[in-house]
Amino acid sequence: MKKYFYEFLKGIIKENPTFVLVLGLCPTLAVSVSVINGIGMGIAATFVLLGSNVIISLIKNIIPDRIRIPCFIVVIATFVTITEMMMKAYSPVLDRALGIYVPLIVVNCIVLGRAEAYAQKQTVLNSLFDGLGMGVGFTLALILISGIREFLGAGKILGHTLVKGFQPAFVLGMPSGALLVIGLLLGFFNVLKNRRE
Amino acid sequence: MNNQEEFRRDPEETQEQKLHSGKNKLIVSFSPHLHKDESVSKIMWMVVISLIPAGVAGIFIFGQGALWVILLGIVAALITEWIVQLFAKRRVSVLDGSAFLTGLLLAYNLPPKVPFWLPIVGSVFAIAIGKQVFGGLGQNIFNPALTGRVFLMASWPKYMTTFTSPLLAGAGFTKPLNYDAITSATPLAALKEGKVLEHISHWNLFWGIRGGCIGEVCIFALLLGALFLFIRGYISWHIPITYIFAVGLFTYVFGPKGLFTPPLRAGAGFSGDWLFHILSGGLILGAFFMATDYVTTPLTRKGQIIFGIGCGLITAIIRLWGGYPEGVSYAILMMNAATPIIDRYTKSRIYGTR
Repeated sequence: MKKYFYEFLKGIIKENPTFVLVLGLCPTLAVSVSVINGIGMGIAATFVLLGSNVIISLIKNIIPDRIRIPCFIVVIATFVTITEMMMKAYSPVLDRALGIYVPLIVVNCIVLGRAEAYAQKQTVLNSLFDGLGMGVGFTLALILISGIREFLGAGKILGHTLVKGFQPAFVLGMPSGALLVIGLLLGFFNVLKNRRE
Repeated sequence: MNNQEEFRRDPEETQEQKLHSGKNKLIVSFSPHLHKDESVSKIMWMVVISLIPAGVAGIFIFGQGALWVILLGIVAALITEWIVQLFAKRRVSVLDGSAFLTGLLLAYNLPPKVPFWLPIVGSVFAIAIGKQVFGGLGQNIFNPALTGRVFLMASWPKYMTTFTSPLLAGAGFTKPLNYDAITSATPLAALKEGKVLEHISHWNLFWGIRGGCIGEVCIFALLLGALFLFIRGYISWHIPITYIFAVGLFTYVFGPKGLFTPPLRAGAGFSGDWLFHILSGGLILGAFFMATDYVTTPLTRKGQIIFGIGCGLITAIIRLWGGYPEGVSYAILMMNAATPIIDRYTKSRIYGTR
């Protein structure tokens, strides 16, 4: 059990997909304008990661090595389609906010990266916890980035104004603000990591 | 043996200290043996001195509020420099003048009536993100003061584009643009909106009787400071003159009713008001004091000329066809980004190689 817990935990801090592996930056940059978008994107990606990791780990002995990438993509695309349809049916507002970035989870490098680097070599249970950990790590990173951006860029958190009279800096709501926040956070986490070593 | 000891000496200990300590009367050192009494710090303070007339003129034109903006910008820059260097465990060099200069230049690039926190936030951003994140003075890619200004421009455009009209308006000088109680557009903003600019003379622009940022309005004071820097040899003509010439040329050729400006007609072009474009906006301030920053501009003379022309071209393009009325800060920052590649292609041949 401890082993599975480790597999889960490593995705959150030690191998955080955004801040350590630096994967999946495209959706991170695009949707981290508000916390609710970040959470929605994170949950969608977690679901896809979980499903694709488990299925790929199950079928890893059947698929021929040469065409493994198309096979992975088919599995991933299936789960993305499920996610997209679910989102359209139950949360159309979020679906409109995330737009093209939900179908684009298919080419999210975290999902394909975990399939290629982890799920195709590991047991099903390991892959399950790995996918869950990576998904939660991605979601937490998105919440952190979008929290900073929504607070400083729009003066709100989850749509609620926190400080009265606070003048938001518009630049943080723009793409350049996303690059700025991600860059500074990456630097900050690297400093922390170097200090601990 | 003796030589090796010389190498191993404490780098903090200067030659003078050694001389007076009495330990070592004979100093053996490498050439050059004659050197000028110049340092980075001294140059920075000299640039600060050369900027004083423009600041005084700005305060004179816009009133006491401008003084507060300048002071807040400088103090915030110094404190940020100190805190960041303390936290990053770098040598604290608050008084070397570079942070002072950054704060000063940032304040010069702000409208005279801004909320008190605007120069503070700008200075903090300029020093912390524009300079110290890259490793401090000498390592930054972009001009820190302009980085701060562009951050403020993108974040709070409302405050950054609300200009007050000069206090001197009407006092002996021809009335500037049709101003209501407090605010007035800068001449370039008015031009962009398509207003007629007949009631602002070139002399008004030269003396600074117009809306604009604190330090950019009085061209006379800026030229005075620039002349001082030229005479002392701290800046060369290569960047500022090519920059100003390029802006003049491009705005003359492609001017308001110039080439490529619809409706296209025969005989168009070569009619732009080039003097207006040179005298308005932040061109003089940018060309002499910010495009000549040692850190972020090319090293070679050829490279500096390319840099100047590039800045002029981008400024003219933004002014004539861009969305913003003024493009000096963006032009300089863009060419800052191109500086490494300019340096690579203009580096001089090492003697004896092909």
